[in-house]
Formats: sequence, C-alpha cells, structure tokens
Amino acid sequence: MQNPTFEIKAMRASYGAKEVLKGIDINILSNSVTAIIGPSGCGKSTFIRSLNRINDLIPNFHASGDILYRGEDIYSGDVDVVDLRRRIGMVFQKPNPFPKSIYDNIAYVLRVHGFDMREMIDEIVEKSLRKAALWDEVKDNLKQNALTLSGGQQQRLCIARTLAIEPEVLLFDEPCSALDPISTAKVEELIHQLKQNYTIVIVTHNMQQAARVSDHSAFFLMGELIEFGKTQDIFTKPVDARTEAYITGRFG
Amino acid sequence: MNRKSRNKRLDKGFSILGIASIAFGLIVLLVLIIDVFLDGSARLSWSFFTSFPSRKPELAGILSAWVGTVWIMAITALIALPLGIGAGIYLEEYAGKNRLTDFIEINIANLAGVPSVIYGLLGLGLFVRYFNLDRSILAGGLTLALLILPVIILSTREALRAVPFSIREASYASGATRWQTVRYQVIPAAFGSIMTGVILAMSRAVGETAPLITIGALTYIAFLPQGLSDPFTVLPIQIFNWVSRPQKGFFANAAAGIIVLLGLTLIMNAAAILLRHHYQKKIRW
Repeated sequence: MQNPTFEIKAMRASYGAKEVLKGIDINILSNSVTAIIGPSGCGKSTFIRSLNRINDLIPNFHASGDILYRGEDIYSGDVDVVDLRRRIGMVFQKPNPFPKSIYDNIAYVLRVHGFDMREMIDEIVEKSLRKAALWDEVKDNLKQNALTLSGGQQQRLCIARTLAIEPEVLLFDEPCSALDPISTAKVEELIHQLKQNYTIVIVTHNMQQAARVSDHSAFFLMGELIEFGKTQDIFTKPVDARTEAYITGRFG
Repeated sequence: MNRKSRNKRLDKGFSILGIASIAFGLIVLLVLIIDVFLDGSARLSWSFFTSFPSRKPELAGILSAWVGTVWIMAITALIALPLGIGAGIYLEEYAGKNRLTDFIEINIANLAGVPSVIYGLLGLGLFVRYFNLDRSILAGGLTLALLILPVIILSTREALRAVPFSIREASYASGATRWQTVRYQVIPAAFGSIMTGVILAMSRAVGETAPLITIGALTYIAFLPQGLSDPFTVLPIQIFNWVSRPQKGFFANAAAGIIVLLGLTLIMNAAAILLRHHYQKKIRW
C-alpha cells in the first residue's frame, strides 16, 4: 500500500450557514491520479479547493475535521498557507493566465519565490513550457500577451506556471470544462505523463475523462462521499446503487 | 400586427427623444463656449498669463491665480493621492467584510456626496483656526484633499474590484503573499482605472471655489506665494472676483479666465480618457 498524501477524516465545510461537505473520510494516495466525480453542487469543487486552502479567499468559508497533508493538519493555526500553496499547485476550471506575456506568467511565480537570476528563470520557463507541451507552439512568441493564446494553450500555460515552482501535488479543478475536445485530449495526455512524478487530484464532470485519466475515483453526492475505490472497480462494478445510477447516466 | 407597429413607433419615438436630449445638452454647452470665446479670446495673450491682477482691466492678468492653482493642486495631489489610493487598497484587498467595514464604506460614499462648502467650513475650523495654518496654501490644499479623498477612495476600490477574482486566485494558488498579489498583479491590472479616477477627482478640485472662499482665500493678490504658509488665490476665485465687478473690461477678463480654466479641465479629462484607453488596449480579459 502506498502512503497517503492526504489523510482526511470527518471533513466538513460550509459557506456561512450552508454546509456543503458533511463528513468526508478519504485517503489520497501518492503518485496516483484520484478523480472526484459527482453531479453539480455535490461539493467536489469545495473539496479540492480546500486542499490548498484557496477557498480561504471566499468570505464565510469554514472547514473542519482532520485534513492531514503528509501528516500535518493544514488547517491548524501554525501552517504557513503561502508555503502550503507552493507545495500544492492548482489548475483552475477557467484558464486564468495573468494579463502579461507568456514569459512573465511563469517568471512571476518564480520571482515570487525568490528566483532572480535571469538565466535560471529563462531555463525554468523553457523547461516548464516543455513539460506542459506548449514550448513548440510559443517558443518564438514568449513576449506575446498570454491572453492572445487559445483557451487550450492558456490552460497549458497555467499548467506550466504551476509546474514551474515544482509542487508536490497537483490539483485540477475541472481543467477541461472550458476546452474543446482536441485541447482536452492534450491536457489529459499531459496529466497522464505528470502522474509519474506528482500526486494528482482531478475534479471532473466528465465520466469518460475520469475513466481515462484516473487510478482511483471518488463519487460525491450532496456533500457526502458515496463510494471510493479503484477507478476500474467504480466504473465496472460499483457497490452503491447511487454510484451505478450516476455513472450509467441516470442522473447528474 | 397592431402591437408590432405600436412597438416600432415607440422604438422610434424613444430614439428621437434621446437625440433631442443629447442635442439640448450639446447646444447649450456650445452656445456657452462660443459666448465665452467671443467675450474673452481678445484678452488671451502672453501678458494675461504674466500679469498680476490690477485695478485697470486691460492690465490685469491671472499670474497669481494660475500659480496659486498649481500650488494648491500639487499639495492636494500630494496629500490625497497616497491617502486615498492607500485607503482604497486597504479597504478592498485587506480589510475583512464585517459591520465596521460596511459602516466605513457607507460613510465614505456619503462623504463623496457632501457639498463642497461643508468641506470649506471643516477646513476653516480645523486647519485655519485649530491648527493655526491661517488662510495658507497648506490649509487650502488640505481642505481640497479632504474634499476629493472620498472620491479617490471610491474610484480606487471600483478599479480594484474590476480586476477579475481569477487573477487573485491564480496568484495566491502559486504561493504568492497578499502583498505580492496586490503589488504585482492587482494594482498593475487596475492602474489605468485608478489613475483615471484620480485625474477626474483632481479636475473636480481645480474648479472648486466655495471651500477655498470659505477658508478665506484672497481674491486680490499682487505677489506670488513663496511657500506653503503664504496666502493664495486660484483661478476660479479670480474669475468669480472679476465677474462681480461692474466694469465691462473685467467681464472680458473673466471670460478669458474661464477659457483657461476650461482648457485646463479639458486637458485633464482628455488625459484621463487617453490613459484609460491605453490600458484597456493593453489588458483584455
């Protein structure tokens, strides 16, 4: 058995009085891809956005329970949130490049973490863009504004930006929901390659996508974890009737 | 059928009404400008800018007035810009959302709508009398700074709020601190709109007369201020003074002063528009 990267027990989360996660127990394993599936409003986005505490930005958000990252409670008072977010990278639903050049998008996150040597930054920019399979498309236009790229290219730039600071975990919050099928295929291929070196959690609406990219799948419904197991098992012989109903398309 | 043609007529009727109201505003403004130019353009000359006011209208100029305006604007900007932009950034990016900040927000919005003469009374009581600054440039600058402070705070917040949340998310998610996010992502993205707000606030301050008269700005000055504690006058006060004189010559002087003041506000507003345009071209979400 691999060690879990995240050990989560009795996790609850709410926005004001509205509770959206009602006691989640789940272990997320290292160097594997865990897909979170479920219908809209089931709490899957809230779940993944709690793992790097990006949801702290939302007023009235509150999470409780044990959320251990490598044995450390990430919601305890003495956690350095800034450092946590460096170690746990995130790619969002809608590509969100900075309104700067392609180069500066990556250089910014490096400078934020104290890199200031020009050659080093150049080198990491190229390396990250290569990892994100974007280098060949943009290498001659690094000074171009990132917002002029296509949606799929923007998303891969966001992945490159995340990879640049060498996180330990990658969180993908519906990374392909705004992309066309070809871009989606590229991003999925990328996730497949990144699996070698990273622990990946991906929220997705698309069940074929979960089946294609993930090793483990978790099915969420109305703030509860209904079923969690190997993706193959979840999709071929689900234990819970609700999981079966969802994956066969009877609701959602 | 009947309803369709009625809707069409309504549509047409509204567009005619719209054109008429725009035309009304434009024509009145145009008549005003033409009238001012007819009265004043003959007085516009180099010596008009380099002469002090005088009892003889043909010798009088706006030297002390425009120099005073430059002084006052500089002091106002020096005080109001850092305070206003700083407060706006704090309230929008740092302060939490709670009753206190809601209360502050409502009050700032209200302060932006307080008549300027009230600020004049505040300046008179606080700066001129209590701090004993007398009717100085410093007192005038401080008073106008108070006047435009709420406007700058509000427009700064507005500008920051227009920066998409996703940019902040992207920055925080890559492990940036709040200051890094605000300094390197949010402020650059909002810079054009912040400056636009600032310039518009300043162009409002340029034309203010009431608060400066209230704190006791002079209407006749035949010397140039040498420092912050000297008395002063400004363009709109000079114009006001000339308009109230009975002689026809001063009337022409007032018109010429109005042309200068109009030109000044026009330049400032044009700068604001150019700036906004420039930054909008650079940043498209």
